[in-house]
Amino acid sequence: MMTLVFIELQKMFKKWRTYIGIIAVGFLTIIVQLVLYFTGKNFVDSQMRGIEQSFVIVGNLLNGYFIARMILTLLIIHIPFLIVLVGGDLLAGEATAGTYRMILTRPVSRFQVITSKFIAGMLYVIILLVWLAFLSLGVSLIVFGSGPLLSMGSGIVIFAENDILWRFLGAYAFAALSMTTVIFISIIFSSLVQNAIGPIVSTMAIIIIFLIISAIPVDFLQSIKPYLFTTHMTQWNNFFNDEVNYTEIFNSTWILLAHIVGLYAVTTYIFMKKDILS
Amino acid sequence: MNSEQVIEVRGLTKKFGNLTAVNNLDLNVYRGDVFGFLGPNGAGKSTTIRMLLSLIKPTSGEMKIFGKSISKDRKEIFSKIGAIVEKPDFYLYLSAYKNLEILGKLSGTDVSKKKLMSMLELVGLDKRYKSKVKTFSHGMKQRLGIAQALLHDPELIILDEPTTGLDPQGMKEIRDLIIYLSREKGKTIFLSSHILHEVELISTRMIIINKGTTQVEGTVDELLKTDKIKVTFEVDKIEDALRLVNESSWQDSFKSTSKNEINFELTKNEIAELNKYLIEKGFSVSAIIPVRSLEDFFLKITEGGGK
Repeated sequence: MMTLVFIELQKMFKKWRTYIGIIAVGFLTIIVQLVLYFTGKNFVDSQMRGIEQSFVIVGNLLNGYFIARMILTLLIIHIPFLIVLVGGDLLAGEATAGTYRMILTRPVSRFQVITSKFIAGMLYVIILLVWLAFLSLGVSLIVFGSGPLLSMGSGIVIFAENDILWRFLGAYAFAALSMTTVIFISIIFSSLVQNAIGPIVSTMAIIIIFLIISAIPVDFLQSIKPYLFTTHMTQWNNFFNDEVNYTEIFNSTWILLAHIVGLYAVTTYIFMKKDILS
Repeated sequence: MNSEQVIEVRGLTKKFGNLTAVNNLDLNVYRGDVFGFLGPNGAGKSTTIRMLLSLIKPTSGEMKIFGKSISKDRKEIFSKIGAIVEKPDFYLYLSAYKNLEILGKLSGTDVSKKKLMSMLELVGLDKRYKSKVKTFSHGMKQRLGIAQALLHDPELIILDEPTTGLDPQGMKEIRDLIIYLSREKGKTIFLSSHILHEVELISTRMIIINKGTTQVEGTVDELLKTDKIKVTFEVDKIEDALRLVNESSWQDSFKSTSKNEINFELTKNEIAELNKYLIEKGFSVSAIIPVRSLEDFFLKITEGGGK
């Protein structure tokens, strides 16, 4: 299995599309960092305007943690669209190229082949998020320095410097779970067709539709909101609340895990039964 | 003929909705065979090959390779099979070398540089080993397809149209390679081809299928021996020769004449007998040109739809 996963990663990283997400995350992170480097002080001041009379803030608020939090908020919505470029191609790419015939006539089982694709997809998600963490948190801490974290959600919360890193780790881990769900959706679509465009567009459409449904303030739509995976994808935000609601986080974790297991099981079933006609 | 069966297919059927692509097909391939698998377009050849390689699932029927069931002993069976299914497709963005390395790893075989380069050398691609496959011509991909099929030294080699896209020299090289693999290395070859002359030259046994069903199966010699072939004899003293033919029992086989040629319809055995007869009667036979062979036999079988 290790060999198969390694082969999948080799194939993945020999394709240009794999680097689109990595380049896009790098480019957008640098843009945000540059903008905040030059105008960040004004932004922080505007956020603090209401409370600076009541509290004495000690330390640098425009620091690496603040920048990383901003970048996470801005990019986490868009990363799914970058991930599906790779996920949608994982199986459909083999069908398009006709290479199913080459790999499935080797002494490896279809179960091993499909599982290696899922693992490779998961690893890509992790690589992309580690890259995001390195650039947004690592580089920002070097450039902007450390300090307390000004977090703006339902209210303004300032976390002490020694109370921040674990929150980021929790948020990135949860984001990995959310993004794994997304890439698994694209893989199931990828198993059904012979062209990567379909799975990419379909997955994007599902995310957009679910997000729109969640945003429409109609009772019926709001009642189905808890069952949409997109609702649970944003649970990483919880790590930046003053009191982390672990019940909500675990609830969302189980729901996303159920999606992941279900998607893997259904895709594996489809792939095992599939006639290779390409 | 070795009696050990390498491929045994019984009652193989594949339906795609209302379309029956393969219908109750039986076939037997024995160790050491170069088995020609013939049929017109849409006869069900590729579907059969895909079922043999478990790329598609049969609707019904039984398939055994090396005496074992594909569904139960897939890994063991596939470690002994090399195949090209239709056109060989590769990862176009990878080099020929990298493609072979990946496929070699999947086969669990030695992927040392020496081994891979020797395979590329065998098919004449060693000088292009670094080139991405997307820069290869169809013929070069076909050669790379042969290399990947032989990579893990399989006992059974399934080749679906292996010479498609090759120039005459390349076709001859592949033909020679198949003969070498069969005779020198003892490999069993399952060869699907549209080039009937090619099958006639290298196959020991063959099957012709049409509309998914078996039309004939047997050794090439047996199948062609029983059928009459159009043959042109080039002889001197044409008028005397014609007179002799008309006065002999060969009269029934005579068809036509032109210049110094006499056309007959004969079985393979009769060709030798007639040649001997003419020489004994003092004629000089300068050429015997068969104008009817597997191609006519194939057309007769597939158009006639029966044995």
